Amino acid sequence: MQANLKVKRFDPADEGGKTWWQEYKVDVHPDSTVLDSLIQIREQDDGTLALRCACRASICGSCGMKVNGDAKLVCKTRVVDIAPNGEQLVIEPMGNQHVIRDLVVSLDTFFSQIQRVDPFLQPDHVPEQGEYIASNDSMENLLTSMNCIMCGCCVSDCTVLEVDANFIGPAALAKAWRFTEDPRDSKRDERLKVLNDEAGGIWDCTRCLKCVEVCPKGVAPMDRIMELRESAIEAGNTNTPGYHHTESFYNSVKKNGRLDETRLAMDSAGWTNIPRLLDLVPIGIAAMRKGKLPPLIPHKSEDHKKVKDLYDNVEGESS
Amino acid sequence: MYKHDVLIIGGGLAGLRAAVEVTRAGGDVAVISKVHPVRSHSNAAQGGINAPLTDRGDDWEGHAYDTIKGSDFLADQDAVEVMSVEAGDAVLELERMGVIFSRGDDGKLGTRRFGGQKIARTFFVGAITGSAILHVLFEQALKLGLNVYEEWFVTKLIIEDGRCRGVVAIDLKTGEIHTIKAKAVIMAAGGAGRVFEPSTNALICTGDGLALAYQAGAPLMDMEMIQYHPTTLARTGILMSEAARGEGAHLLNADGERFMEKTAPDYMELASRDVVSRAEQTEIDEGRGIDGNVLLDLRHLGRDFIEQRLGYLQEVSVEFLGIDMAEQPVPVQPGMHYIMGGIKTDIDGATNVPGLYAAGECANVSVHGANRLGANSLLDTVVFGRRSAVHAIEYIKSVDDHSASEEELASEQVRLQALLDRPKGERVATLRNDMARGMTRGIGVFRDQSSMEGALENLENVKSRMSGFSIENKGKIFNTDLMFGLELEFMVDCAEAVVAGALTRKESRGAHFRTDITERDDDNWLKHTLVYKDETQEHGTRVETSDVKITQWQPVKRVY
Repeated sequence: MQANLKVKRFDPADEGGKTWWQEYKVDVHPDSTVLDSLIQIREQDDGTLALRCACRASICGSCGMKVNGDAKLVCKTRVVDIAPNGEQLVIEPMGNQHVIRDLVVSLDTFFSQIQRVDPFLQPDHVPEQGEYIASNDSMENLLTSMNCIMCGCCVSDCTVLEVDANFIGPAALAKAWRFTEDPRDSKRDERLKVLNDEAGGIWDCTRCLKCVEVCPKGVAPMDRIMELRESAIEAGNTNTPGYHHTESFYNSVKKNGRLDETRLAMDSAGWTNIPRLLDLVPIGIAAMRKGKLPPLIPHKSEDHKKVKDLYDNVEGESS
Repeated sequence: MYKHDVLIIGGGLAGLRAAVEVTRAGGDVAVISKVHPVRSHSNAAQGGINAPLTDRGDDWEGHAYDTIKGSDFLADQDAVEVMSVEAGDAVLELERMGVIFSRGDDGKLGTRRFGGQKIARTFFVGAITGSAILHVLFEQALKLGLNVYEEWFVTKLIIEDGRCRGVVAIDLKTGEIHTIKAKAVIMAAGGAGRVFEPSTNALICTGDGLALAYQAGAPLMDMEMIQYHPTTLARTGILMSEAARGEGAHLLNADGERFMEKTAPDYMELASRDVVSRAEQTEIDEGRGIDGNVLLDLRHLGRDFIEQRLGYLQEVSVEFLGIDMAEQPVPVQPGMHYIMGGIKTDIDGATNVPGLYAAGECANVSVHGANRLGANSLLDTVVFGRRSAVHAIEYIKSVDDHSASEEELASEQVRLQALLDRPKGERVATLRNDMARGMTRGIGVFRDQSSMEGALENLENVKSRMSGFSIENKGKIFNTDLMFGLELEFMVDCAEAVVAGALTRKESRGAHFRTDITERDDDNWLKHTLVYKDETQEHGTRVETSDVKITQWQPVKRVY
């Protein structure tokens, strides 16, 4: 079959760098991956095309790039699955990372995020002989995160990193989770506190699900971040807008059967946090002008008792 | 100006383990690698790491004997003893660093059974053991603040007055060439799988380390010993871990027979890899295969078990072939996987070049002999990675300066520029494919005089065209095109040594199975082949032999 690729090129040698699109057509085996196609181009057609790849078996994490707008490991993306009728595939370097040349991005962004979470085991004692004793379940649980191959796809497509370069990022937070959940690690509380307090920490995720969608190894970084939030709250970190937001959301729906958006905004900001409350004023005025200001005194939903029953049922089950 | 006490080439398991050791000893160390450490091919080791743990009723002699028997008695027994004795500590240390090994009900590390061994002594993390260990060693490197020259490509070892004094390398991100001086260099640059086509190996496994040492005067030992893994996925050549068979998978021919019964009635699918690969190839050659494959059948293990213990294999099978292993057997075939041969070292990782050490797949200690047991490669990397570091630290105490001239740098600059300036010629990939396919044809699961001479003839043809290939990319920044040209030169050196070793050994032993001389010949060939680079000789090689070290296990007929 024919693979039809449109590749975003970048040559840093020209002053300020030159970017252009280049189209390639290659005949490939029906089972071929996008990587096979790119290698064929590089080897038979255009030796100047730069990309990283190594294992061809989705374990080394080298070949993350955007295919039709989404980050993918191209070694495990078959052409036939996404372009069965020879549709054009748009190939670009990963996002949120500096492009070095063509499809090669700098690894500095990714690994500086990883460095921020103290990514190594910090036990309080080391057995003199033998191993740490731990249940198999507790270890298998960590596999979710140990499956991460540091390909950078989640960082590429993270919608928070797009607007806030200081966010620790999905991969690094999934790595942090791997240590907070490791029974051998002794710094769980300290780690959770830092992740909770730090600017760019766990509360900056907007739960857009993009990292879960693009992760080629099932790490589901956003799910790990949500677990970190829960653990941080359980460990007593309740001083953040994120926690107040969660708490207000929970209480208002339980009480009114619907969300009290005014109160949610105030609770999240914190009633004594004057500068933050003042920040809300222009937003309130803008909303009022458009007729979008939520009622200052919340209406109760007609079925609010049923909602309350739902709460009781769910909480009864989990307790 | 770059200089370190110890420079380690390669950021895989052997390299990182060595680096951790030098750092702990307070030495100034750096790792240099053409890829980021977590991209290293150690990732691809799936099934596990062997260790005889005494508190689990095992003993080091048992592991040593299985290893020696697996090696078809070509391994040096003193080296195997070192590896088996140190294995337990090496593996437990990895656990204490943070590796999340699978466990038993008692909370201690659990095991699975691997080929060529009667006892389950393989410790594992699902089917991602190599990746899980590599990432933890990288965590340790971050913890220790290890200096890594990542995406730097070494083009030459600096040897002056017979001593290794550093390297010349290209920083791929800038294209600049630099000298890095070192009192000792540890070669941990991995294998040479791409010398063959197809191969399970990553595209980066181009024998750079073997060739650099070979060019510097170190002999390559037993290079004819090429491991063909019995289960590589049809068409794609992707590795399907021995763990599948370790956990109970069967191999079937087209008639649905478990054909291993014929050659290894006792061990069945868990005989040594060379034995299983030959049995498969025989089925295929005699018309009982399915499109050049046999079948790996896991259906009886059940979906839950497969997904829990062999999740990565299921992922690969579904994504690359669309086959759900719980429903259907997977077509597999023998595929080039590992090179037992390598840079000759002693049990401390020292080569014959003072200041140059080697560990991991590029080295040959020799613990694998004519056939490596599954899950012994990871063990080899951490045991001999550590030992080479310990002895390099000792060695540098006698070296009081960082004296290396800039002459090599100047001559490398000229050489690389000349390569870039070549007029348009053949493509690197064309030459590489011609070389690698010829190697697979001639030095396969089965080989004979005429097939090996065919490989030699093919290689000579490729060599004669080497001055005619050209580099299309003339730029400096991230010029992988230039790197592929340099890798091809390294691969041709490795191929030369493989062919020379193969043509020398006039017997069948382990992976070197000659259909024209089918018996092992202990009287004449209980010997290592040592290939030296020597341009004064025909084919550029000089071959010597040396005796195998026997401690307590006399060679006997190998039966599985």
